[in-house]
Amino acid sequence: MKEEVKLMKGNEAIAHAAIRYGADGYFGYPITPQSEVLETLEAEMPWETTGMVVLQAESEVASINMVYGGAATGKAVMTSSSSPGVSLMQEGISYLAASELPALIVNVMRGGPGLGTIQPSQADYFQATKGGGHGDYHLIVLAPSSVQEMADFVGLGFDLSFKYRTPAMILADGIVGQMMEKVVLPEQRPRRTDEEIRRQCPWAITGKTPGRGHNVVTSLELDSALMEKNNERFQATYREIEKNEVRYEAYGIEDAEYLIVAFGSIARICRKAIDEARKEGVKVGIIRPITLWPFPYEAIREASKNVKGVLCVELNAGQMIEDVRLAVDQNIPVCHYGRMGGIVPNPQEVLDALRRDFIEKA
Amino acid sequence: MTREEIIRPENKVHARPKLLLDKNMHYCPGCSHGVVHKIVAEVIDEMGLEHDAIGIAPVGCAVFAYNYLDIDWIEAAHGRAPALATAASRLNPSKLVFTYQGDGDLAAIGTAETIHACTRGENIVIILINNGIYGMTGGQMSPCTLEGAKTATTPYGRRHDLNGFPLKVSNIVSLLDGTCYVTRQAVHTAAAARKAKNAIKKAFTNAMQKKGTSFVEIVGTCSSGWKLTPEKSNKWMEENMIPFYPLGDIKDTTKES
Amino acid sequence: MKDEIIIAGFGGQGVLSMGKILAYAALENDLEVTWMPSYGPEQRGGTANVTVILSDEPISSPVLDTYDTAVILNQQSLDKFESKVKPGGVLIYDPYDIHRAPSRTDIRVLAVPAMEATIAAGQAKVYNMILLGALLKARPDLPVEAVVRGLKKALPERHHHLIPANEAAIRSGMDLVP
Repeated sequence: MKEEVKLMKGNEAIAHAAIRYGADGYFGYPITPQSEVLETLEAEMPWETTGMVVLQAESEVASINMVYGGAATGKAVMTSSSSPGVSLMQEGISYLAASELPALIVNVMRGGPGLGTIQPSQADYFQATKGGGHGDYHLIVLAPSSVQEMADFVGLGFDLSFKYRTPAMILADGIVGQMMEKVVLPEQRPRRTDEEIRRQCPWAITGKTPGRGHNVVTSLELDSALMEKNNERFQATYREIEKNEVRYEAYGIEDAEYLIVAFGSIARICRKAIDEARKEGVKVGIIRPITLWPFPYEAIREASKNVKGVLCVELNAGQMIEDVRLAVDQNIPVCHYGRMGGIVPNPQEVLDALRRDFIEKA
Repeated sequence: MTREEIIRPENKVHARPKLLLDKNMHYCPGCSHGVVHKIVAEVIDEMGLEHDAIGIAPVGCAVFAYNYLDIDWIEAAHGRAPALATAASRLNPSKLVFTYQGDGDLAAIGTAETIHACTRGENIVIILINNGIYGMTGGQMSPCTLEGAKTATTPYGRRHDLNGFPLKVSNIVSLLDGTCYVTRQAVHTAAAARKAKNAIKKAFTNAMQKKGTSFVEIVGTCSSGWKLTPEKSNKWMEENMIPFYPLGDIKDTTKES
Repeated sequence: MKDEIIIAGFGGQGVLSMGKILAYAALENDLEVTWMPSYGPEQRGGTANVTVILSDEPISSPVLDTYDTAVILNQQSLDKFESKVKPGGVLIYDPYDIHRAPSRTDIRVLAVPAMEATIAAGQAKVYNMILLGALLKARPDLPVEAVVRGLKKALPERHHHLIPANEAAIRSGMDLVP
């Protein structure tokens, strides 16, 4: 398959991008608003073309453990779900991180807590960026704001996750999952051969290979001194990732009097609000973190140096704002505009929040 | 005769299986795991599958199976071994993928994964060591604990009105269309161990021939958990466990073809 | 060029698929486009709406508070969206089952009796295409040819024999707008 321009939903783009990346396997369980990922893969039947395995599992618990089993064999495997399902996966995600396995997990967030709502949300920011499961670990967290990024981040997520041997997450939301946009799908890449896997992933469970001892993928180490060493190794990897992989997008920050920080599809709503504000002569800029972990502290610190205030806009009660506060000088006020329960603010409401918190006070 | 005179190749009547690593096992005296490990190591070697075997270890006493058998292993989360095995097998269809689980791991927390791997007919082997107790965590009741049996969490004996009835997992999975071979064996005598070995070999052969899921239950002892000597454990097993969990093939669809 | 459109009605009236065909047509015409539905069980009978944005520049927010164009298929949606049409914008509505007609005078209001036309034609499934035709006449963002090409993309192959009927419906809808 050549590069192609298509119109599709973000969820469908994830599925097509996975096939074209040459992913080896997808294991998932239906949940709104992301079921189109599994549905599209089943309809595309990639096992007939690239040989990619697609399986509807009996639960999210099984899905993530299938991902664990597949990743342990050095294959590029993934799952997708939405908030309640991703909560169920946390045990497996912790095991993946502890076993230093590459894997891709997609969370198309919906409103919580509990069964919550099927409407869009960003309330899993803490869960995704601060651990989620037990133990000291991080995921590389990518936040797409367009259907194009839904597609692009599949490849990026896999690449980063193999580079650092740590699982990556695409933290999307119901908006970007359900909306249709133009997307450029990349050319089909071949799946890696078993030989390539043996060469690139010498740790993989491929069946004992002549010339090496038996491989074991495990997260268990009962010797505390050795377990501490393992943790130090994980942390060293995380410091490397923090050094190399921070990604963000900036818009209108050069002359900004006010700075908005927002991620995912909400950043686009904010961008329209910024354009409206600028029409009225109020100079507003935005930093959109693309990697939520590692977080762009430095970029936000730099961009907020000369502003009168920072507004953090999120579909939650205030989660990313904790990281924004860590980045911004304490003399600069940081306010939060959050909507919950599946309510998505429109550009006017973002502008109103900016006025209420800063402009009218100034 | 001196020691040197005795230890000679021509006098050797029994050897450590090639794939059983020379390590002290952490298993308690009388535990069935050691015998089953040895059987699995022998069968993999005899079938020439040393480079094709992928074992999935459980959480429980056999968590360290990967330290003893010289093949590639993945250590699963508690109960999830059949899910790992499903993916490992589908992504590596030429490999022998098997799980090695206890009754706490398989029949309690891992029931869903077990049932669904079996009903999908994954080309894997599930080995269940059923000693009716959680050994690793200190002898608590498992789903397979017999009625009346005293454990750390049923100190006055398991009562079905309080704790439910013991679960016959093999009988359950034998009802599923995805399983091709379901058998219940033991390893408490040489004769029983020989039969168990044949069963495991048959199961591994089925997996390599893509016949569906093979399920081998081994009724075993837990001297520490049962608070009995190894000898008395075997006797208690014969008198109590085996009448409730009778040995023999429960299902074999491979015979017909 | 930019047209921010809301299409709203009951689930089952073809609201989402009308938006989808419009989106595919925009793609065929090299425009930028976003299609943002209300999703979930709403699709099965409650109110449903979709925001479609057509533009020759990259589109920022797929979620809007005001619209250039509204296509309204029931009273609830009319109540909700009449006030959200920008001054100078266009509001197309089907008067069938509407008991409170729109009252705005600063926008162009077009009553398009699509349900009557559908009943007269005896083809319930082309209802939304009649309204799409009305939209294309009132807002000539896209040529009908692009929409027909969009139909081909939006419809699975097994439904391609329905394209002529749909095209005819679109053209009949155009005739309903003066």
